[in-house]
This record gives sequence, C-alpha cells and structure tokens, in this order.
Amino acid sequence: MSLDANIPAGPLSEKWDKHKLKLKLINPANKRKYEVIVVGSGLAGASAAASLAELGYSVKCFCFQDSPRRAHSIAAQGGINAAKNYQNDGDSVQRLFYDTVKGGDFRAREANVYRLAQISNQIIDQCVAQGVPFAREYGGSLANRSFGGAQVSRTFYARGQTGQQLLLGAYQALSRQIGLGKVKMFTRTEMLDLVVVDGQARGITVRNLVNGEISSHSADAVILATGGYSNVFNLSTNAMNCNVTAIWRAHKKGAFFANPCYTQIHPTCIPVTGDYQSKLTLMSESLRNDGRIWVPKKKKDPRPANEIPESERDYYLERKYPSYGNLAPRDIASRSAKQVCDEGLGVGERGLGVYLDFSEAIKRLGVDAIRQRYGNLFDMYKRITAEDPYKVPMRIYPALHYTMGGLWVDYNLMSNLPGLFVLGEANFSDHGANRLGASALMQGLADGYFILPYTIGDYLATSKRQKVSSDSSEFKKSEAEASTRLKTLLSVKGKRTVTSFHRELGALLWELCGMARNEAGLKKALEAIPRLREEFWKNVNVLGENESMNQALERAGRVADFLELAELLCQDALHRKESCGGHFREEFQTEDGEAKRDDANFCYVAAWEHRGAGQASVLNKEPLAFENVELAQRSYK
Amino acid sequence: MNFKLKVWRQKNSKSKGRLEKIEAKNISADMSFLEMLDVVNEELVQKGTEPIVFDHDCREGICGACSLMINGVAHGPDRGGATCQLHMRKFKDGQTIVIEPWRARAFPVVRDLSVDRGSFDRIIQAGGFVSVNTGGAPEANAILVGKDTAEKAMDAAACIGCGACVAACKNASAMLFVSAKVSQLALLPQGQPEKNRRVAKMVAQMDAEGFGNCTNQYECQAVCPKDISVSFIAKMNREYLNKEHS
Repeated sequence: MSLDANIPAGPLSEKWDKHKLKLKLINPANKRKYEVIVVGSGLAGASAAASLAELGYSVKCFCFQDSPRRAHSIAAQGGINAAKNYQNDGDSVQRLFYDTVKGGDFRAREANVYRLAQISNQIIDQCVAQGVPFAREYGGSLANRSFGGAQVSRTFYARGQTGQQLLLGAYQALSRQIGLGKVKMFTRTEMLDLVVVDGQARGITVRNLVNGEISSHSADAVILATGGYSNVFNLSTNAMNCNVTAIWRAHKKGAFFANPCYTQIHPTCIPVTGDYQSKLTLMSESLRNDGRIWVPKKKKDPRPANEIPESERDYYLERKYPSYGNLAPRDIASRSAKQVCDEGLGVGERGLGVYLDFSEAIKRLGVDAIRQRYGNLFDMYKRITAEDPYKVPMRIYPALHYTMGGLWVDYNLMSNLPGLFVLGEANFSDHGANRLGASALMQGLADGYFILPYTIGDYLATSKRQKVSSDSSEFKKSEAEASTRLKTLLSVKGKRTVTSFHRELGALLWELCGMARNEAGLKKALEAIPRLREEFWKNVNVLGENESMNQALERAGRVADFLELAELLCQDALHRKESCGGHFREEFQTEDGEAKRDDANFCYVAAWEHRGAGQASVLNKEPLAFENVELAQRSYK
Repeated sequence: MNFKLKVWRQKNSKSKGRLEKIEAKNISADMSFLEMLDVVNEELVQKGTEPIVFDHDCREGICGACSLMINGVAHGPDRGGATCQLHMRKFKDGQTIVIEPWRARAFPVVRDLSVDRGSFDRIIQAGGFVSVNTGGAPEANAILVGKDTAEKAMDAAACIGCGACVAACKNASAMLFVSAKVSQLALLPQGQPEKNRRVAKMVAQMDAEGFGNCTNQYECQAVCPKDISVSFIAKMNREYLNKEHS
C-alpha cells in the first residue's frame, strides 16, 4: 500500500499558508463541546494541551510522572534552533530547511521540514513572551551559539538547561489552563491502550499508578506526545521511565510505525563504568565547539593522556572532516568513535572511550572563559567520574539518545488512524534518518504550539463521529484486556527480575542493531528476541499487587512492549539495504567508510502495519519526493 | 563497599510506616546512590521481598523527581546536587545510612520514599506564569533584557521543583520554591503586568496548602541542588509588600 501524506500542492514556501487557509474552523463558542485527550506533558504535549485549552477545547492531559513538569524534555541541554539570522551570518528559513534535510540524510519530507523552519522563529517569540530567560548579549538582545551540522550560529539557549526552561514555559502555560479549569490534569496515570471505535481513535485506557485503578476516557480526538523509545536499548541518555508503551499500544490498534530503525546515537556521553549502570549521561554537544577529540596513535597506550605527546595523538575528526572538524554531525562523530575503538585505540578501562580535550582551548582562552561556557558540564562530569576535566581530558563514548522513527503521521500530524494525532519525538516526521542538534526542542514546540492547534480543528469540523462514552462496549473491553495483562504479569512468578530481561535485551540490541548493523547480526537478533520474549512471559518475577504503587509492575509492562518493538526495529533495519544517517549497514558504505544511500530503491518512509499476534508486520511505503533540493552524497569534509 | 541501610517503609498514605534494616553489599564506589538502591532492590526481589519504592527519572539532576532524606540531610551530604547525582564514594565503608522520605504536611507519603508534591503544581497553577496565549507574542528582540537581569532571572528559574527546601525547613516552608518563580517573572519585563496579582495568588495558595513560614534559618539554600539563593525570598517579600501599596 502506498501512503498519502496529504502534502498541499504549490510552491514549498507557500504550502503551509495556503493549507491553513483551507482548513475548516470551529466557532469559538462551540469549541468547548469538543473533547480532546493529550497523553504526555513534555514540550509537545504541554504546548498542545495549553494551546488547545486557550482556543476553548475541553482538554484532558495525562502523564505518568508525579508532575507534568518532570517530562524528559526537561533534560535537553544545548538549545533550540531558529532561523532568525540575528547574527547576520547568512541564515534563513531556506538554509535551516536545507541543513535539516541534509542532516537527516535526505530521508525526511521536504514540506514538513520547510514548515518547521518557517515556524522556528515564532517559537522563540512565544517562549520569550512566557518569560523564558534565554541567554542575552550586554545590549539586551538574544544570544546565539553554533551547533553540530551547521555553519551558522542559530541556536538559542539558556545556559546548559534550555530544555528545562522551555519545558517550564510550556508547563506554566499548561498550569494556567489547569488553574482556569480548562484542562483536567491526570498525573501518575499511565496510558495502557488506545480505544478505537468505527476505525477512529476515540479514547484511551489508563492505570492510576498510585492505587492501580483501571479506567477509560472517551474523546473526539486523541493526541500522543509520549516521546521516543531509546530505552529499548536499556542504557540510553533517556530518563529511566521513558517508554514506548503508548505509541506501541496504538500501533497494535492499527497506527503504522514508521522507520523504527532510525535511532540516534549521541557522540558525547560519559562511558559505561559497570554492570550496575542504570543510565548514561549526556555531555552537551556544545562542548565540541572548544573540545578536541582524539585517541592515541598506539594501541592500548598505557600512558595517561597528558603524557602522550602531540605527535602520537590522532585528532581523527579534524583529520577526516577538515571543514567541520569536531563539529561533524552526530551520526558521523559517533561512528568515527566506534571505528577507532574497534581498531583497539579506545581509552579508559574498557577501551570504549575517546578523549575530549580542552587543554588547547584553556591555553587559548583561559580557564575562566572555559568555566563560564561549560562550568556546569565540567562539574557534572567531575561529580560522576571523580576526574577533573580542567586538568585531564574528558573520556566520552557514544550512547543512544533519540529516536527519529515513531508513529507515521501525515502533513496534519494525524496518523493513518483518523482522530489519532502524534507529536514530537513520538512521531517520525521531520528529522529523516538523523536529527541535528537543537532541533528536537524546535520540533516538539512547533508541533504543539503552531501546527496541531490548526490541523485538529479541521479534523473535528469535517469528520463524522458517532456518540461514544467510556461506558460503551469498546471501552469496557479495552479495560478488561489491560487488567488481564497486568494480572498475567503478576501471576508468572518466575525466577528473573524485569531488570535482568531489560539488560539482556539492551545488550543484544546494542551489539547487533546499534551503531553499525549487518545482515548476519540482524538475523541473529531476530532469532534471539522472540526467544527472550517467550522466556519473559514464562519466567519474569513481579512481586506485589496491582492495587498499590508497584514500580516493578509498571516497568514489567514497559519492558514487555520493548521486547515486541525490538523485533520490528531489527526487521526494519534488515529490510533497509542501504546506509543513511543513524542507520549504518556495514555492507553499504563508500570506500572511505561513509554511509552509502540507495536513492533508487530506498527513498521512502517505511511504515509498518501490525496484523495481529503471530503474524508478520506488513510494510507500507510513502515515497519521498525531492523537488527543491538535490539528492547528494552527504559530505562534511 | 558494604552499608547498613535503615529505610522508611510505608505501604500507602493511610498506613503507618517504620524504619527497616537492610544490608547493601558489594557496592562500588562509582555507583550513584540510586544505583546502590537498584542493586538492593534486585536482591530484595530475588529474596521475595517487595522492592523499595522511590521517585526517580532523569538521574542527572534536572527532572526533580528524586527526593531522599539521607542521614537527615535532603539529597544527602554532597552539596549542590540532587540525590541521583550523589555517588557512593562520598560514604565510608560500613557506614549506617538512614533513608527517609521528604517530611511535610503538604507532601503526604504515597509509598515508602515517594511523596505527593501536587501542592507545588497547585501553587504554579494559581499564578506562576505569564498570561500570554499562543500566537500573541511580539518579535523576540522587540523587548530588550539586560544580560545581568536575564542571568539573575535564570538563577531563580533553575529551580527543579524537587521540594528539598521544604524537607529541610523546620517549618516546612515553601518560600524558596515560591520566591524563585515569583522573582524570575518579576525580574523580566514580560512578567511585569501581572506581578502584583501573581505574588498575591501564589502566596495565598502556598498558605492554603499548609506550608509554614520562613524564619530565616537558610536550611533551604544549604540543601538546594541548584544553589538557589535565599535573597529571592527577600525579593518575594518586597514584591508582596509592594502589591499592598500599589
């Protein structure tokens, strides 16, 4: 089946404006009669819930955290891109569009990315008006910095806490609507199922995480803004509780899952130290502005970094990519780190690390300048490793960070299931096969503040829906299924903890479907994952009961879903016989080891359809048409 | 390393809690405090005992979920960081470690070490925002903000809403939390039009939730993982008085 993305006709720069004019509106006085459910309270969810309530819709918002302010968007450090061109360095909507399409290795939709670049400027205006304390120049205007994959300074930031400040802005907008009674907020409430009636998304089933109560909620439309699935790898920079459950449950109810194999591995994270490791910590990409990445030229060099002379160091990014150097995009920087470690040149106890060295920058700019720029990051590093990066180089290694894949959506951000909208990292839309730094915050807020509030109105105004309530049979059936699943998890009473399964799955995926993939490895993974899943349902040990707070039970449900997603991820990676962005197939590379795309055969979005337990997923394709940019071999040399 | 833990166990908000003795064995100095609890929990499950419930999420000191009273100190002995950023190398081998939840009337225990901080959300809902609808914003550089002002607003805005300030205060006062938001928005030009209304509503909600008052002991600042200064409490008091006279 070929999918229609509903991209408006006309020149690229006019598509969104023309489309907005065509969208049907709902009378302001009637909006309150429409009920909308928002799942997730991060940048995309909170901004959508707040904006919809401001327009007058009746909104219910759900999050599993104890407060909407704790969504994982809060941990984004570096910044948010916008094409303001305040620096007079040649930036424009066109250039941000081009950088993002190229950065995504030409696997994103032109029309979506162009709209994102257009909206980027409005986002900054909105956030400043909310009181987000962005970094400023002495003259009082907004400051910018540069980021990987771009040669202009277009990144707005609030110290190393940009995600926190933008999220709190959206959280405060949401809180205002909660206080006004326009949004009903459900915290510590986890979505367990999507309810579909007559082929339309009409509600959700949830579990109250404090007392275990299962309930369902009906609505005219459902919005999922529940983030990405990096935690399928167990170790990632995501928060511990980030999970795929909401979008996976929707997938099983008919929503297509697009490009699951597009996973982003961030080059600058603190290396793993032991088996007990619970998560990996990101060191902002901004460090690559002044830090130089290197490894010793000699294998297993026992000398401390500072005793290795310049002539015996390999600054491999500067050597391979002279024009971008240490600011090469994330996928390229990560892969290069893996290559040198695979060659036995890695540093640290496990040999899985490279140096990120500030000594030259400290010599050139002084300790104070470096402290001002990166002080909080250096402190964070020291706290975790007990090493002082002012004196010795940091050790970094790539780690799972973001997932470009997600539920398939059309230009209106609606999935193939009518009434189901998907925003932010949870959808697949704008980053192609690789996301550029400082673009995730931009996309989450564009979706929630400025795209969905327009497109959802058109759906509500034009679609025919029968009256339903959470008492109807579809809802009761969904509740019963959710309860049964929880009871099953509690009744297995096996010998292995949930954590041990999650670790095994993560290690397997990282090895066979991580930074580099090949056919033999993926086939091996596709045999091992179903076996592990089978063992999980026979041998997992979840103690306690459903009726009280039970974090092991919560995690068990999430890991069970990861065990299903992992298979689709590997299947997608196996089918895509090309390398692009974060998806690197060893069989498909250029002579100098760069990703080799196959535009003739794979220039499409792979949208997978669930056909029921035990049946193979079916591949649907959305062809990608490039009318405004030329498909080129991506080069940062 | 080995430790003797005394951990608060409480089934739910209605039941009575107690300190339970649990051994933590073979702990690496490089583990974070929460990873140590993960190891303990894995062992408890293997022995058929329900694991210890505690709130946590990002594990890098920014989400504000983690909330442990460690040997009587909110977020433990390492200053300027949250519990998740505390590492076991800060403890002595064989040491006894007492782990309790935040204790305040406005933060009822949910289970074990997890508490309900919904009162903080309700204070923000009462007035901790700028009333600007999506789409109603002027060009971002149309209103200039001095670098010093922006930096000071950011010092206040860094608050992660963890509640350590309340837990550390003998009066269970939320003044540091509330003043951080009041000050951030009162410092910036965007927050000016409704600053009187904001401080009045937020303080009224703070009182209604059952938080105590500030008696200038500064315990809150000492445990704040983001080093938020008590000078913001003074700023809030000034804002509150100004409102009376304007």
